[in-house]
Amino acid sequence: MPRIAVIGGGIAGMEAAIRLSNLNFEVDIIEKSFSLGGNVNNWHVLFPDHSPARLLIDQLKNQLRDKVNILLGTEVVRTEYNNQQYILHLSDGTRLTFDAIVITTGFKVFPAQRKEEYGYSIYPNVITSAQLEELFQSEKPIHTADHRMANRIAFIHCVGSRDDKIGNRYCSKVCCVTAVKQAMEVAQRNPGSEIFLFYMDLRMYDRHFEDLYFQAQTQYGIRFVRGRLSEVSEKSDARLYLKLEDTLLGKPLRLTVDLLVLMVGMEPADNSPQLANLFSIPVGTDRFIQPENFHLYKNRTSRPGVFVAGCASGPKSIGETLADARSAAFEVYNFFNNN
Amino acid sequence: MKFDWFVVPFLAGLTFVFGFCGIKFYRCIRQLSRGEKLMLKKHVFSRSLWLSVKEIFSESLLHRKIFRTHPLLGYMHASLAFGWFLLIVLGNVEVKFYSEYSVNPPYVPIFLNYFEPVTAPNFFGRGFRFLMDLLLLVILSGVALAYFKRFNSRRFGMQRTTQHHFLDRIAIISLWCIFPARLLAESLSAAIYHNGSFLTNTLSKWLSALPVESMLYPAWWGYSIVLGAFFFTLPFSRYMHIPTEVLLIILRNAGIRSHYFGHPYQEVDTFSCSRCGICIDACQLAAVGNSVQPVYYLRSLRYQKPHENLTENCLLCGRCVEACPVGIFSTDIRRHERTLGHEMCNTHYAFKYQLKNNTPIEVLYFAGCMTHLVPAIKKSMTSILDHSGYSWRMLDADEEICCGRPLLLAGQITAANKVIMHTRSLIENSHAQLLVTSCPICFKTFSENYRLSIPVVHHSQFINMLQQEHRIPVHRRNISVKYHDPCELGRGMHVYNEPRSVINRIAHLQPNVHEKAKSLCCGGSLGNTYIDMETKLQLADQALQQMEVQSADYLITACPLCLKTFSSVSPIAVKDIAELAAESIKDTIVPFVKVIEENKSATFAEK
Amino acid sequence: MPSFGFSVQPPQHIDLDKNYRAIFDFIKENEPSFQRCIYCGSCGATCSAGNFSQMSLRKVNLLISRGQISEVKNLIDNCLLCGKCQLVCPRNVNTRKVILLIHKALKMPLS
Repeated sequence: MPRIAVIGGGIAGMEAAIRLSNLNFEVDIIEKSFSLGGNVNNWHVLFPDHSPARLLIDQLKNQLRDKVNILLGTEVVRTEYNNQQYILHLSDGTRLTFDAIVITTGFKVFPAQRKEEYGYSIYPNVITSAQLEELFQSEKPIHTADHRMANRIAFIHCVGSRDDKIGNRYCSKVCCVTAVKQAMEVAQRNPGSEIFLFYMDLRMYDRHFEDLYFQAQTQYGIRFVRGRLSEVSEKSDARLYLKLEDTLLGKPLRLTVDLLVLMVGMEPADNSPQLANLFSIPVGTDRFIQPENFHLYKNRTSRPGVFVAGCASGPKSIGETLADARSAAFEVYNFFNNN
Repeated sequence: MKFDWFVVPFLAGLTFVFGFCGIKFYRCIRQLSRGEKLMLKKHVFSRSLWLSVKEIFSESLLHRKIFRTHPLLGYMHASLAFGWFLLIVLGNVEVKFYSEYSVNPPYVPIFLNYFEPVTAPNFFGRGFRFLMDLLLLVILSGVALAYFKRFNSRRFGMQRTTQHHFLDRIAIISLWCIFPARLLAESLSAAIYHNGSFLTNTLSKWLSALPVESMLYPAWWGYSIVLGAFFFTLPFSRYMHIPTEVLLIILRNAGIRSHYFGHPYQEVDTFSCSRCGICIDACQLAAVGNSVQPVYYLRSLRYQKPHENLTENCLLCGRCVEACPVGIFSTDIRRHERTLGHEMCNTHYAFKYQLKNNTPIEVLYFAGCMTHLVPAIKKSMTSILDHSGYSWRMLDADEEICCGRPLLLAGQITAANKVIMHTRSLIENSHAQLLVTSCPICFKTFSENYRLSIPVVHHSQFINMLQQEHRIPVHRRNISVKYHDPCELGRGMHVYNEPRSVINRIAHLQPNVHEKAKSLCCGGSLGNTYIDMETKLQLADQALQQMEVQSADYLITACPLCLKTFSSVSPIAVKDIAELAAESIKDTIVPFVKVIEENKSATFAEK
Repeated sequence: MPSFGFSVQPPQHIDLDKNYRAIFDFIKENEPSFQRCIYCGSCGATCSAGNFSQMSLRKVNLLISRGQISEVKNLIDNCLLCGKCQLVCPRNVNTRKVILLIHKALKMPLS
């Protein structure tokens, strides 16, 4: 029975592991943190249907139960290739041999302090979308750093994405719809608050996303402004003074808000380039892992026996990630049964 | 009186050179303004002339600055310049010894070996011949080195050398031929009259197999012709720097500078460039494939070749001026040239910004437009000013206004003056006692162009003062940092020590080879409108690698533009000196992340 | 609908059939990064001159792209050349050079 290593224990890794073990492979999940679930652990409810993220993770964990070997707190430090098998040296000192590898290392959020003009980690009332999502875990109203009720909140799209200055030219795909979702959640928790979304484009590409946009405008009165944020300064009461341009009107815009939320994009996980190096597979100029091609063989890499799934090969929504993981599992099956 | 027809080429050349230079220098001086002529007179007829004489000696002849660049390069230049100078001087002294006249025609000392072939048999006679031979040997070694430098410039400490053109090649060949020609003529003379010393006598033995009697006279002709050729090409080649440098040093020490494009000082500057090529290595743009250094710029100015990209494509960082052994202010010339045909910004700024508050205060803080893109500096300065105990106000808190220097650097002086007038009135009407600014670019222009009634300091100087007077506390931190001198603060305003004093009180300052006047430009440069952002970041990256920043915990800089440029490409965190000082006062912000953690644990505790 | 020429009376619509591209082409040739602009407005948001005038480089670039040149001079004359727009542009357009080229183009008799 071939043994498969799934590197990365997020939802892509879990789904791939479940499918592979259903196909009677022996599977090990190697996860660097001490819990499964990856980034989805930090989400509250998911678009477009507001289903709880916790539920998705529990469902995946239940299906994994007892079928798969899970190694938490472990990373791959070295690889060897011998006799069509991969020998992985792990950080806890063990050596394991595998017949195929599935890389599901996922993404990390863009560190917003790199966009210094937005004042993240300098002004306490500037937070990222990831931090806002954590605040949603309690159903309480959203407060500012000095424990006031936030009555005016601004969301900035495309922080760390579509930006040559940062070095991330690509679009992170899901932040636009996330912003609309989060705006509505804030409106629910802070009734009567004024919420602004400052975007370059609104990428509502999938089913029901336009419905969310519609709902945000009509039910919650969220204000959408096409314009970029240039500078943030702080007033004496720790409220933030924003300078933007309203591009549709063609005029500069100024406003004071209680809270500023930066929609941070996706970047490849910290260990992803090192892992790509260990397996000698290429990464694109955007540093995500390069699949063999973008159509028929999206889960294969240039190395036979090494597959990739999920956000490790580019930004994806949760539904797309899970579908991609299943597709990778099937590619692994084909790899052993069509030789 | 001693004369022979073969001296005619030499004499003609010499007369031509003296005439040409005389007329040119006279014209230059005549074009000076009355005030400048007075300054020149004051300098020449006073003790300060001694400074010029010393500098002419140590730089034009001994090339001390080039020795500091690289000893072999210095020797090469000095051997030719000083050696030839001594040869001429000694020749003139020797003539006095032999001649019954007190005044001799100028060709006699040069061709003394022809006119007085028999050496005086005493100590002085032999001594002079020995010295002349020694000097000739030194010069010849310099010529040999110059020849080898064409093939292997790295041994002389130069990565890149000047790409010469046709006229310069003729001039250099004639220069290199002069001394071998002299050696040949004197050796032939020695073969016949045995009047040589260690060098010429040795050579004469090898030559004795040849028909020396018939070769001697042609050899003297050859020497004279080569000298004449050199003199005739001198005013049109790089060697014009030999006489012009002398005038430049005198004018410069008299305090004369060029104030507009076409000023007579600029002409003297342009002709003083010896095309030594030392500025090429100093210029960071050379490493990214741009041949825009002063050597090429001044050459195209001199020969009136079109060169728009040379004027525009310059960081105005001043590294070339710093490296130039002659001390040519090429960045000033570039800046002035940009004002030509560029008065396009025919602006009518309708400034609406009014002062909201003009109650008298002690300190007026001008952040500068770039600083608004780096809020960490603003926040740090706010904290520092709050702790200082001074009453203060920020001039550009809500609406930024520009100091006007970016327009100046682009040559738009009319527009710049309008902006300066407006901003100046805002500053004066604020009724402050001191102006503090965070941006060195603003600092330089406030100091030089604004004529403010109050003193202006950069924030590093202000922080230093506050720390010295114990107005703000200082806590030492266990970190090791490197400091980068911004171009406008360092080379521009000579502020080197105060930032270092501040840093030394807080952290361990690592040594940096590229520091003070030799610091590298971050590439951000408002002076260069030509290159794109990718090239600027390449320059920043190269500068960081040369500074070897990885060995430090932080890179500290004192300019928001440097900070913004470096932080995109730096492997370590970059901080402004104000941030360092503010952090050492107290722990700055309680990060919001902490608040979330507290909320989260509270939530789970409830569950 | 008759058009009286853009310098006398601007038509109320933008006619892309008669799009005046000379200035756009001039700038594009001398500074190719000009083509990359996505009119996101980061430049206009940070513009120092935007505080006291209608100046926004985004607007100027857009007007040039659509051939609406008559309004460009009044806007671009307010530029202080401070360079903040270049520091925030997400497409790395060499904005200061573009501005100087626009000034130059407006003075040239481009057909």
